[in-house]
Amino acid sequence: MEKTVTLQDSGAIDTQTLDINIGPQHPSTHGVFRMNMKLDGETVVSLKPVMGYLHRNHEQIAENMFYLGSMPYTDRLDYFNSMTNNFVYALTVEKLAQIEVPERADYIRVIMSELTRLVNHVSVTGFLLNDLGAFFTPVLYAFRERERILDIFEEVSGARMMCNYFRFGGVKYDLSGEALVAIKDVVSRFPKFLDEYEKLLTKNEILCMRCQNVGILSPELAISASITGPMLRASGVNYDIRKVDNYSIYDRFKFRVPLGKVGDVYDRYYVRILEMRESLKILEQALKEIPAGEIMAKKMAPFVKAPRNFKPPLGESYARVEAPKGELGIYIVSDGTPQPWRYHVRAPSFINLTILEDLCVGHKVADAVVILGSVDIVLGEVDR
Amino acid sequence: MKAEDIRAKLEKNVPSAKIKVVRDSLLVENPADLHNVVLALKSDSDLRLDYLSSLTASDFVDYLETVYHLYSIDKRIGPVVLRVRVKRDNPKIPSLVAIYRGAEFQEREAYDTYGITYEGHPDLRRIFMWEGFEGFPMRKDYEQEDSETLDKDDIEWLDRNGVKVPDEMRQKALNPPAPAEDKPATPPAS
Repeated sequence: MEKTVTLQDSGAIDTQTLDINIGPQHPSTHGVFRMNMKLDGETVVSLKPVMGYLHRNHEQIAENMFYLGSMPYTDRLDYFNSMTNNFVYALTVEKLAQIEVPERADYIRVIMSELTRLVNHVSVTGFLLNDLGAFFTPVLYAFRERERILDIFEEVSGARMMCNYFRFGGVKYDLSGEALVAIKDVVSRFPKFLDEYEKLLTKNEILCMRCQNVGILSPELAISASITGPMLRASGVNYDIRKVDNYSIYDRFKFRVPLGKVGDVYDRYYVRILEMRESLKILEQALKEIPAGEIMAKKMAPFVKAPRNFKPPLGESYARVEAPKGELGIYIVSDGTPQPWRYHVRAPSFINLTILEDLCVGHKVADAVVILGSVDIVLGEVDR
Repeated sequence: MKAEDIRAKLEKNVPSAKIKVVRDSLLVENPADLHNVVLALKSDSDLRLDYLSSLTASDFVDYLETVYHLYSIDKRIGPVVLRVRVKRDNPKIPSLVAIYRGAEFQEREAYDTYGITYEGHPDLRRIFMWEGFEGFPMRKDYEQEDSETLDKDDIEWLDRNGVKVPDEMRQKALNPPAPAEDKPATPPAS
């Protein structure tokens, strides 16, 4: 039987939109994340993010736990950057209980969180290249450098990724001389690695073609949608919490805030590279200035052996830090008992996903994968 | 700028709204005023609170509360903390998505965990829990299912399929122990 193909008046073949799910097991979603897409051919018409596969109600677990008991649990939020997660939790409780931190501990904290930023940015740029199709070569170079920093974390805290290193009023262990030498070694080698990395990537024609003018985020939408971190700065908004809040001792260091112009995937990649160079500047200054002394506040000495006795006064506090992925905040309401009444995590990668649909609509599926890579999410933090 | 000064400012700009200062934050007493208050704060030339950093709910047993932490990217000030309190039964608060897009997922999260309905939200669904999940797990009176006790239905099923159920477990299923009180529900004074 002969079959006729009907063409529309415009001359195009009648088409239908197609519903597909990318994830939750798809490797390009960086974990158990699902994108419910509507496609017209290869073009994205709508995209709904679906999450919660890794939800374990971190907040309720923390509300049923004594204060220090949640410190190791914060490591599991953004498991790439346990140091900054510890940092914000320590800051919140210190604000609540008005604990002063000794100077040396402050320096150690800054050194650790800047090293964390290096770890995060170097791996996220590697993974972004993975999403672009450059399978594992950039990631391999990135992970070589990351390993060196993880070795330092292991040396100082005993664990490579789940560091659990910060305490209310200081840090758990002092930095040994060898660790300091190792950090100095990493910091002195890193710029050379970045140069090499950039030589391979920054002006690479394929990378430019795939990333430039893809997923443009306007500064107005970025601010209104509470986007933070490198994503916000890639859109040209000068807002770095290290500069704005000057928490801990960030006012002592000279560094600049790199900004993008266009707000596309390429800017997000390049802002991260530049941020690593600024982090190295902070590290150099901190390593030069780090003083000798105590690493734990005297007020907290009784709670080192008996953390369950720690009862912050009635009240509430909200502290935030510039985590590698954006603004990480913790909100605590204390009722004067050893357990918090309310504990809430403001997770940057969760809120940065708000605009995923706006960025992806009109682009091809392959671009959606790259845009998601440039948002930089970790599902441990998105789902909590 | 202190909460008291902002309250005085709002009294002038939004005279209809009743605002109380609680723990260095502004309590909007009638949820219906929230939109006007937030718009006034956002357009005020001294404050320009254009960035909603965090939105979250909490349960104080007598009432549910939503807390907003607002900052200004332009003026680099903040946080200005707003709070809204509603009754536990049928809690409704106007949604801020039209003013701050960043509220979209955070309101869905607060709805999912505390059951507060944000009126005017374009797509208010559960975000972490699955469709069909019952109850709101972050509320203080939420009771978790006891995974160590078998249900009567389970035992019937096991009997039917010829699985031997120990007497101890059978007894426990018939007389389930009273749920242990983890935490006395006495909220902190506001």
